[in-house]
Amino acid sequence: MAEIIQEDKHKGGKKKPKKHSTAIDMTPMVDLMCLLITFFMLTTAFAKPKVMEIVLPEKVKKDEKVEPPKIADSRTLNIIIGPKDKVFWYGGKADPANLPPLQEADFSASANGIRQVLLDRNRALFKKIEQFQQDVLTGKIAIKQDSVRSAIRKLKTDDDTGPIVLIKFYKKSKYKNLVDIIDEMSIVGIARYIITDINWIEEGMVERALGMPVASTPAAHK
Amino acid sequence: MPKIKIPHKTPRVDMTPMVDLFSLLLTFFMLTATMRPSEPAPIDTPFSVSETPQPDANVMTMVISAEGKVFFNIDNGPDTILHFRPKILEEMGKRYNIQFTGDELRKFEKYSSSFGVDIKNLKTFLSAREPSEREKLEKGIPMDTLDNQLAYWVLYAREVNPAVKVLIKGDSNADYPVVKKVLDILQDKNVNRFSLITSLEVVQVVDAKK
Repeated sequence: MAEIIQEDKHKGGKKKPKKHSTAIDMTPMVDLMCLLITFFMLTTAFAKPKVMEIVLPEKVKKDEKVEPPKIADSRTLNIIIGPKDKVFWYGGKADPANLPPLQEADFSASANGIRQVLLDRNRALFKKIEQFQQDVLTGKIAIKQDSVRSAIRKLKTDDDTGPIVLIKFYKKSKYKNLVDIIDEMSIVGIARYIITDINWIEEGMVERALGMPVASTPAAHK
Repeated sequence: MPKIKIPHKTPRVDMTPMVDLFSLLLTFFMLTATMRPSEPAPIDTPFSVSETPQPDANVMTMVISAEGKVFFNIDNGPDTILHFRPKILEEMGKRYNIQFTGDELRKFEKYSSSFGVDIKNLKTFLSAREPSEREKLEKGIPMDTLDNQLAYWVLYAREVNPAVKVLIKGDSNADYPVVKKVLDILQDKNVNRFSLITSLEVVQVVDAKK
């Protein structure tokens, strides 16, 4: 019986079980993934922003009398940030009767850059720090990576030849230059620098150097 | 002639390796993603050689835009158990005699990007549905001598969370006097240590007179 039925089936045309392909259409999935990847790539903040720490001196309260710290004029270097990425500098003290010559520099790494000026004055300390870092890299000095920074800080505090840099800002300067100049300090390894207010003598010097009418008088400044 | 049968091939490409790769990439991006919070103003941070990464928690950020607007953000990072933001807002409300409802406090806690709104407009700001409505209100936080709201934000942020660190995120083209004003306000509140947010840049020192 069973045989007959089988024969019948064979005769009545070919009846193969339908072959389903096991491949799934993956196009929509790929589409979606492409979209998601693009989305995540665009929204990811890859380079985490860095921070640069600055410490400003504590403000002197109005009724408090504090002796200004005595610094040797020969060691002071005044940097005044001007408008349009200009930097001016002079050594020593600004005396209204006998104005020191104001030099102009820029933020480039060239010989005219402020970096060269700072480097010239800070070469001893800069060399010391460079040598130290070299020794750490080559393994001459065995020191933990964590203590490298504090060791460099110690080198800086022990230093007594480098300049004392006073950074001042002319009113038309930009925030970018604040970061730039502090950056220069850390690049060159200046041990002592401070951000202070510009005084009227220096404002006048900058205005003269820029060829602008000098508006700064003691009265106009305060 | 015998018919030559050309094997009927569908022009189908095997997409499995591609999908494999895509899923890998997708997983990678999803896991490494730290959402970039939207800023009320585009800030183009200056470059520096500093390599200290930005801290995540316990920070307050002063955002200074190129036009001189100041925005403020207090962020307790992933740690939301302590609810710093609503506490600070409550203190500010007490100061300016504005009663914030629980709903508004919750909205403020969830609002993750920095804001530059006068405290008097903060209620409208929080209830605004459209971003364009918010944008209209963001004129920068008032910080003149008559109405120095920024100083109070700093004060209460530090009162509520004494471990808070101050970050300054300024645009490269922001004017120095504005930055100076912000620094002065901070110094009046006895904050003398700041971190400026910068992007990394590599500098090689070439000593011309070696």
